[in-house]
Amino acid sequence: MYAAIVFLPLVGALLAGFFGKIIGDRGAHLVTCIFMAASMLLGAVCFYDVALQQNAQTITLFTWIESGNLKAEWALKIDTLTAIMILVVTSVSTMVHVYSIGYMHHDPHNPRFFAYLSLFTFAMLMLVTADNLVQMFFGWEGVGLASYLLIGFWYQKPEANAAAIKAFLVNRVGDFGFALGIFGTYLLFDTIVLDEIFILAPKYVETELTFLWFSADAITVLTMLLFIGAMGKSAQLGLHTWLPDAMEGPTPVSALIHAATMVTAGVFMIARLSPMMEYAPDTLTVVTLIGATTAIFAASVGLCQNDIKRVIAYSTCSQLGYMFFACGVSAYSAGIYHLLTHAFFKALLFLGAGSVIHAMSDEQDMTKMGGLRKRIPLTYWLMIVGTLALTGFPFLSGFYSKDLILEATFARDTGVGYYAFYIGIFVAGLTAFYSWRLIFMTFHGECRAPKSVQDKIHESPLVMTLPLIFLAVGALFSGKLGYEFFGGESMKAFWGDALLVLKENRTIEAAAGVPMWVVLLPTIMFIVGTSLAFYCYQLKPDLPKTLSSKFSGIYQFLLNKWYFDELYDLLFVRSAFRFGHALWKKGDGAVIDGLGPDGISSMVRRLSGQAVRLQSGFLYHYAFAMMIGLIAFASWYIFGFGN
Amino acid sequence: MTDDWPILSLVTFLPLVGCFFILLTRGDDAIVARNSRYIALWTSVPTFLISLLIWVKFDPSTANFQMMESIEWIEGTNIGYRMGVDGISIFFVLLSTLLTPICILASWEAIEHRVREYMVAFLILETMMVGMFCALDILVFYIFFEGVLIPMFIIIGVWGGARRVYASFKFFLYTLLGSVLMLVAILVMYFMAGTTDIVALSKFSFPSDIQIWLWLAFFASFAVKVPMWPAHTWLPDAHVEAPTAGSVILAGVLLKMGGYGFLRFSIPMFPEASDFFSPLVFALSVVAIIYTSLVALAQDDLKKLIAYSSVAHMGFVTIGIFTLNSQGLEGAIFQMLSHGIVSGALFLCVGVIYDRMHTREIAAYGGLVNRMPKYALVFMVFTMASVGLPATSGFVGEFLVLLGAFYYNTWLAVFATTGVVLGAAYMLYVYRRIIFGKLEKENLMSISDLSYREIIIFVPLVLLVFWMGVYPAPFLDVMSVSVDNLIKNFNVALENSSVHLASH
Repeated sequence: MYAAIVFLPLVGALLAGFFGKIIGDRGAHLVTCIFMAASMLLGAVCFYDVALQQNAQTITLFTWIESGNLKAEWALKIDTLTAIMILVVTSVSTMVHVYSIGYMHHDPHNPRFFAYLSLFTFAMLMLVTADNLVQMFFGWEGVGLASYLLIGFWYQKPEANAAAIKAFLVNRVGDFGFALGIFGTYLLFDTIVLDEIFILAPKYVETELTFLWFSADAITVLTMLLFIGAMGKSAQLGLHTWLPDAMEGPTPVSALIHAATMVTAGVFMIARLSPMMEYAPDTLTVVTLIGATTAIFAASVGLCQNDIKRVIAYSTCSQLGYMFFACGVSAYSAGIYHLLTHAFFKALLFLGAGSVIHAMSDEQDMTKMGGLRKRIPLTYWLMIVGTLALTGFPFLSGFYSKDLILEATFARDTGVGYYAFYIGIFVAGLTAFYSWRLIFMTFHGECRAPKSVQDKIHESPLVMTLPLIFLAVGALFSGKLGYEFFGGESMKAFWGDALLVLKENRTIEAAAGVPMWVVLLPTIMFIVGTSLAFYCYQLKPDLPKTLSSKFSGIYQFLLNKWYFDELYDLLFVRSAFRFGHALWKKGDGAVIDGLGPDGISSMVRRLSGQAVRLQSGFLYHYAFAMMIGLIAFASWYIFGFGN
Repeated sequence: MTDDWPILSLVTFLPLVGCFFILLTRGDDAIVARNSRYIALWTSVPTFLISLLIWVKFDPSTANFQMMESIEWIEGTNIGYRMGVDGISIFFVLLSTLLTPICILASWEAIEHRVREYMVAFLILETMMVGMFCALDILVFYIFFEGVLIPMFIIIGVWGGARRVYASFKFFLYTLLGSVLMLVAILVMYFMAGTTDIVALSKFSFPSDIQIWLWLAFFASFAVKVPMWPAHTWLPDAHVEAPTAGSVILAGVLLKMGGYGFLRFSIPMFPEASDFFSPLVFALSVVAIIYTSLVALAQDDLKKLIAYSSVAHMGFVTIGIFTLNSQGLEGAIFQMLSHGIVSGALFLCVGVIYDRMHTREIAAYGGLVNRMPKYALVFMVFTMASVGLPATSGFVGEFLVLLGAFYYNTWLAVFATTGVVLGAAYMLYVYRRIIFGKLEKENLMSISDLSYREIIIFVPLVLLVFWMGVYPAPFLDVMSVSVDNLIKNFNVALENSSVHLASH
């Protein structure tokens, strides 16, 4: 039965994709939405059965790749971690499907869009249910493909095409690490099946592995390589450049793929591999460092962006940083908790932003918005809910999960832990600032849009607002409801064997004993950030302008995203093309062909040209040559070389 | 009943029967052309169906050659007509018989002149290819191996593009040297071992110093065919000038002759030399992967780009073969099959738009998805297979090869894996330039989507790509015993030689 959760979306995708012309837009909507909804209901049953009743199981379908000792099955491993992911993926995906009926109704390619969305959901479910690393890689690249197709959905836009390729390629760089990690895992453990690896991992703690020029702790090397994959998919610092550009895709796609589900795959992977990660403390340190640095990097860039979707994209990147450093301090449960709550409020924010964009006739620039509060009140209030949840307003979902992360990080009691903790606290303030900035610029003040756009502002239809309301409910209550399982008393029973935390790394348990100021600090930062945003964008609207011209260096640095794109373009993109051209013209053309076939043929021609000149046709030339030859032979004989 | 059939000879020579009938056709040009097409199709399709029987009859539990045939050729010389297949060669036979009818269909309208001669050339080509993969006598192998080139030369030289003479001459120069050296090596082997039987030669142990020279002589021939860097520059030119179907066979089957040669001769007959030279092979392969991927990125001719990508993909094959572990070897064979289908299909994709617009220049296209959604889908499938997306055939081969490479040496794996990133770069970049964007060019406004004939060509290839990607077990199972046997014999030979050295 649980196999149906995974394969129903695939069936929906195939039906909508191949028979879209026959069944029409309405048919494609119905097929994909009904199949998704069925998958979601089964997902809820599965969550109850597997996570709450502790019925973890593995369903084997059939053999995929078998070669030598390597055996990879198509199999669905369903435990608590998977059940949570299934619940998140299917519910957000269903909401996005329904929302898209309204959002995409002008688009001529509805069946294709819904086919892609369902295909994505299938790949994502394959990823989270993988029972071995190769199947996880299948889902991993499958979601990458779906993301590529959806970012480039409006194929007539050059920016969309460029962003799609960029997303695929940057992810491929991550997958490069992932693939090497899989190879290494097989080399070390002689298996790529997760359960078998997890049993073997403790036995290989002291083992060394020679990788390239150095020899290091085997599990550390492997987990580092796998983490590179996670960095690519989850847009962590260095491999993050594709995520903001991915906003070229339709907004429902941003909500589903680039906020709620696909980008969290990296966090899922780290949690899934906790039985390996726990034995690689150095990797955990790196995860913490990268996560924390990403959190502050993305938040700082988010402060200055004017595109409404990009602000939310950087916010996503930053929140993913939180999830990573949570995992880095062994608080996997807290990381997944934040993944869950974040899925709801960030999907809500994105879809809310989509509703704004829809109302503004596809305008995304916040400097051309303003005053929308009265025109689209429902969207406004739903966005407020999302913002409050994100910024950590007490007793909403983000408040619980973020606080749990920060407390666990503090309780880690290491240098890197404190680094992440203080950054996390600071970023909480930044988050409040940029989130409210978004609200104020979009919904408050005077409307700055041209009149033609203003006249057409309208609240979105019910088919779009209903999913928002559902997500808002999740954003309001998922924190409170989940705390018991993710950080409270029932945690151990709830997770079962799905996560492994070594005794000395039990940071979540230790989080209960942190001092009061640590508990209060995030909320204080929320108040500070919110008030600053209120001051800058409501009380003194001219202040941001003055500040940005006064500190134009910093402003430009942040506005241009720390110049990562420019650097990469120079280092990799352009030099690859230049190298390619040089190798082609100089390497293949001048050297290989020049010395090889072309050279030989021209040499033959030259030599034969000279041989032709010997045959002049004049008798005295030949006689002269004979004379010379005769003299040469005679002297050779006379001077006795013949002996 | 079927046990007594000389099924391999039947599959090998059935196309010649078709040739005979084509040559009998009489009438004016249009009738001859039509009849030749139909005869060629109705010869190659049954040939393919009969060749499937080889797979049905094949027993995957043994590494011995099966369906053997043996007729003495020249009395008292131990030279004979010997045929047989094992788990390594069987799929190459099927690949050849599958691609031939597809090529004939692909040439249905594209070839307008000298259709009769063209179809004859293709059927002879099929005989040569199948014979080469079935041959169990090194002399017979050599005859087929060289014989393949003759129809290919003619196909490029007669039905090719503007610079076809340059292309065939370049191909000739590269091939000539290797062929001569290989013939000399075969003679040396015959005089030392006293037989040309491949099975016997594989068991014969040549002295180490001789092995080195023999290996190099064979290498000269096989490396050109693969092609390995730096002997690859004939390939882009040959592909660009060849007609579509010629490119399909060239990429689909002819490039596999080199890889097959390594598996059938170099490794079993010269194990010590193979071991000695494997670092050289790895170095050349890694250079090929990175170098040609970068070159592919810079191309503005669509066919050239895919030709360069072939060189890069074949780099994975040569790495896999010389890792000499089961993942690497099975991956290499699998990658050859997959590449045969995928790159063949990509050349067919080029052919589709070339037939319509008569240009291969990438810049001449753009926005084709607006008029050709079916074509865009098919091209996307093969692009993704070429990129090695899991669940397509491209992934299985590449993954196994890289896994085998990692087992052998992590440097090798890291360098080779960069090809996966670069491969995605050039394929997606070219796909975008041709398919996506606005349809702005005047002459593309009326371009038509795939015809029924073209759909019939692509459907089996698409299905195969997914079948091999999702459920590759039927393929891997058939090859595994033969591959394990190859590895076992190789290791035994190496051990014997080191024992031998130690006793000195």
